Amino acid sequence: MDSAAELRLLAGRRLRGPLGFNLFTAIALGIGGFFLGAYLGGQIAVGKHYLLATDQNDVGVFMGFLFATIGWFGGLGFFNYPVSRVLGRAAALPHEEARGVGRYFRLSTDHKVIGIQYFFGVGAFFFIGGLNAMLIRTELLTPNERAWPAGQYISLVGLHGTMMIMMTSAFILGPFGNYLVPLMIGARRMAFPRIEALTFWLTPLAGLVLMSAIAWNGFPTGWTGYAPLADQARSGMDAYIWAFLLIGISLCLNGLNLMTTILTQRAPGMTWPRLPIFVWGVFSTSILMVLAAPVLIAALLMGMIDRSANTSFYIASGGGSPYLYENLFWFFGHPEVYILALPGFGIVLEILPVFARKPLWGYRLAVAGMFGVTLLSFFVWQHHLFVSGINGGLRPFYMLTTELISIPTGFIFLNAMGTIWRGKIRYTVPMLFSLAFFFNFLIGGLSGVFLSDVPSDVTTHGSYFVMAHFHYTIMGGLVFAFFAATYYWLPKMTGVMFNERLAKIHFWTAFVFFNLTFFPLFAAGFLDMPRRVSTYAPSLQTLNDFVSASAFCLGASMLVFVVNLIYSLVFARVPAPQNPWHSRALEWQVPTPVPVHNFDEVPEITGYPYDYGVPGAPPVARLRPAEG
Amino acid sequence: MRRILVVWLVLTVIGVPLIVLVLGPHLPPGHMSAEASDQTNANTVMTAVIAPIVFLLVAYFGYALVAFRARGDVLEDGAPIRGHAPTQTVWLVVTTATVLGLAAWGSYTLIVSAHGAGGGQGPNPIALPANYKSALQVQVIGQQWNWTYRFPGYGSVETEHLDLPVDSDVEFHVTSLDVTHSFWAYQLGVKADAVPGVDNIAFVHPRKLGTFSIRCAELCGLWHGHMFQTGDVVSATAFASWIAAQKKAEAFNQKYLTPYARQYFPEPQRRAG
Amino acid sequence: MRRSSAKLGLVVVGVACAAALIAYYIASYLVVRPPAVAASGEAPRARITLQTVASIGFGPHHDWVSYLAQNPRGTWEHSTVLTVPAHSLIRVTIYQYDTATGLRNAYWGGPRGLVGGMRINGKLVPTLDPNLASHTFAIPDLGVSVPLQGVASNAKNQCSVAPCTLAQAHNTITFTFRTGKGGTFRWQCFVPCGAGFIFGFGGPMQSIGYMDGYLHVVA
Repeated sequence: MDSAAELRLLAGRRLRGPLGFNLFTAIALGIGGFFLGAYLGGQIAVGKHYLLATDQNDVGVFMGFLFATIGWFGGLGFFNYPVSRVLGRAAALPHEEARGVGRYFRLSTDHKVIGIQYFFGVGAFFFIGGLNAMLIRTELLTPNERAWPAGQYISLVGLHGTMMIMMTSAFILGPFGNYLVPLMIGARRMAFPRIEALTFWLTPLAGLVLMSAIAWNGFPTGWTGYAPLADQARSGMDAYIWAFLLIGISLCLNGLNLMTTILTQRAPGMTWPRLPIFVWGVFSTSILMVLAAPVLIAALLMGMIDRSANTSFYIASGGGSPYLYENLFWFFGHPEVYILALPGFGIVLEILPVFARKPLWGYRLAVAGMFGVTLLSFFVWQHHLFVSGINGGLRPFYMLTTELISIPTGFIFLNAMGTIWRGKIRYTVPMLFSLAFFFNFLIGGLSGVFLSDVPSDVTTHGSYFVMAHFHYTIMGGLVFAFFAATYYWLPKMTGVMFNERLAKIHFWTAFVFFNLTFFPLFAAGFLDMPRRVSTYAPSLQTLNDFVSASAFCLGASMLVFVVNLIYSLVFARVPAPQNPWHSRALEWQVPTPVPVHNFDEVPEITGYPYDYGVPGAPPVARLRPAEG
Repeated sequence: MRRILVVWLVLTVIGVPLIVLVLGPHLPPGHMSAEASDQTNANTVMTAVIAPIVFLLVAYFGYALVAFRARGDVLEDGAPIRGHAPTQTVWLVVTTATVLGLAAWGSYTLIVSAHGAGGGQGPNPIALPANYKSALQVQVIGQQWNWTYRFPGYGSVETEHLDLPVDSDVEFHVTSLDVTHSFWAYQLGVKADAVPGVDNIAFVHPRKLGTFSIRCAELCGLWHGHMFQTGDVVSATAFASWIAAQKKAEAFNQKYLTPYARQYFPEPQRRAG
Repeated sequence: MRRSSAKLGLVVVGVACAAALIAYYIASYLVVRPPAVAASGEAPRARITLQTVASIGFGPHHDWVSYLAQNPRGTWEHSTVLTVPAHSLIRVTIYQYDTATGLRNAYWGGPRGLVGGMRINGKLVPTLDPNLASHTFAIPDLGVSVPLQGVASNAKNQCSVAPCTLAQAHNTITFTFRTGKGGTFRWQCFVPCGAGFIFGFGGPMQSIGYMDGYLHVVA
């Protein structure tokens, strides 16, 4: 680079400052774009009788969200590179110049920066979703509406569910998938770094768009967004559709990127049997994401034009069918819950061998389990529709496929049981969270067997039993795996150790209050309490008050985590050793903090990642093959 | 390993009969109808099958986590076992057998012995009770936000309350006038989605007199949580006099009702004047 | 230098997140809640007076249909939250200014759960042609359901902005119902009058303060 170019670069950097291409510009341009789009949409829609009578100008709202999305990405600088290329100018990849905290608020194509961005971005929305849960439990302290009126309660339920599903889809794959997969397979970057940045920046935008639904008093459909209730709702539903659409695109692209990375970017010697089990988990999940997310996008697009252009894909009297939406949604929706679960399997199986000091027991079985779940998850979706009146004769088939899925899930439990057998188990916080994962997932999985059996499902369908079931698998499974991963890998990602005492308080309170919150809800479902109701039988008040009290304690337990995070990262800053857990895995062999290009030279993989205690086992990799 | 198996065996031998004999009768939804009994039995069997699995895992983890904990601060490695083919095979065979058994048993009860188990089967049900042709037909209409009932065998009279005769087959035709609802008569063990333009059929055979609760089990908008009613199972004579009284009381309004149909197609853009 | 900027950045992020959370909480909590309007009179007899209008004429949803309630001082409030005494006869007067939409389920055309029937403009009426209904006043948990006859669409001097006055075209519907023990009950309209929303049940039909409300029965 000559000195003139360097000067231009410096000047450019100074110009950027607070007004440059960053998060704040993106928010400003996004808001401006919304109003511009809403105005243009209003101009287009004038004259449509059904828009004039009410405030329901959906064309304007969708146009607003479209322009907000364009403004958001423009503000982040996503168009700089293509525009520069079109104009024939050279354009540098942004991450090569970015340093300091500011880079986390900008477009970056470094997978390590994106991993951290995901961690804090998705985490913030997770806590907003959690706050909604607290508000829901406040209402459920009394059997009739007291804290919030009925409409407000339903909107809180919808915002909680949708926010959580949207954000937890990227809860493990976002931070840990993006940060760790290249490190684990010996790569310097992901296959498509700019797509990787896009998948991240779609996520907070989706969260903000979803929260904007509050302006229209939310949306009444819960996270499932069933039509025709969704066609009937006010414009808050447009925010739901747009936000979920963005997440669908993000999921699909993230899956493609991770899949391509794992297929093409592995270091020499990283044969399939040497692949860390977490990478297998990510790989199987990426297949699900690529195949399931487009179906969601299609379902939402039809809902979008139902609402804005008055078509009737989901309206029976117009020739459509509410079943169409239910089928499309659950064809995505059931693989989606395995998009949440499978990376969790990968996380806990990755952590167990390290703290049991043993090889992963039944490695091939674990891989087979993950792929078995992946395959079967596309054949079970109608178990959500057992009593809907669609295809009553097919119910035995879906009962069979649903129950079959417990076979590959059982493999994962056998892996865990084999791995701890005759080990030397050290009870660190990541290990505790991993073991709690198996306890919670056992209850969550086995309660699912009730739901798979049609006669039992007639009792439990649409009740709090279902709600307790999926909170056991998602909150007890995925979120516990997320915390295991956080305590395990954040020392590598941030270079800072967590305060262990606070971490243990967090674990024990989370584990105890999680179970105290959700186990009684199985009983509530068995005792005639439907989901998503703001009223219930007065006889269930004691049970609900107990659950609410536990839920508030669970919320407080999550605050312990936030306090620990801020304390450890900002104030204590105890430097992390390169390999605090004495792991064999490749990602722990690189220095802390991880160098910009991960590996100075392409490493050569020479051994298996879990050969603890194996006599004569070679190290997992030679980081400098030329010297070795 | 032997100790775990002994603990598991003891727990199972004690626990499973306890579940079947003590917990089973209290499992929902009770025995108000034949279908509710079938569901209670299904719930009991499920719990009894699941309990040994829970006992095994709890006993195993409880033992392993204590017995194989690291002692002292020295970092030691465990035994380098990568797997054990016989264990894996046994596990695979046992889980597969359990799962296939459950699926076969579930399908048998659903189609043959429980006649659809009270769930909505759609317009062409395949699991039929023996006397379904003589069943009392009741149309359940979901609307935002209440349930009403029509009795095509009694001049298509429409009521706001549901009474059913005991010891007779009832054929529910569940449908909706607007969005998707779900008709849940908890003690009767009936649950069927009310979908606009669809005739969703569910069968029930009440066996005991009493009151049952009716709720909406599918989010349907603002007053979803208030779509709450109670119905009654009454004797055949009480039902006959109740329905006659309803016919008389509703005569003033009967001529305005839409002709009875198996499903209704709400006009989507019916607008205010 | 770098460490302090890192600290600063993290604290900024933290403050921003906390501010967003709190703002969100407040936005959720401070939903515009209609004021409770008390019935005039004491147990065992009380009166409530309502009017229905074709469009509210003000506020964020000025073109929505709505109920309005008269408070004991005689002024109209944009509210559907009513407070009535328990174990009482509640005499209701509804001034109905909207034109007819028609019921989807004609069942709601028959007045139910009343003491002494329904009077339209003073005349006792046993049932209403469902096509003439403009709204209904229904408290399902008390079994009360009353259809409100719409104003003829060619009537002169129609009211278009709330609150309407008695000089404008209207029907007066009067009826009485009995309250039992205390509690909170919902009441709503069963006529698909949410114009522009699918099945007519969106917008005002799903918003408390317009076509839905609470009846607080106070012991």
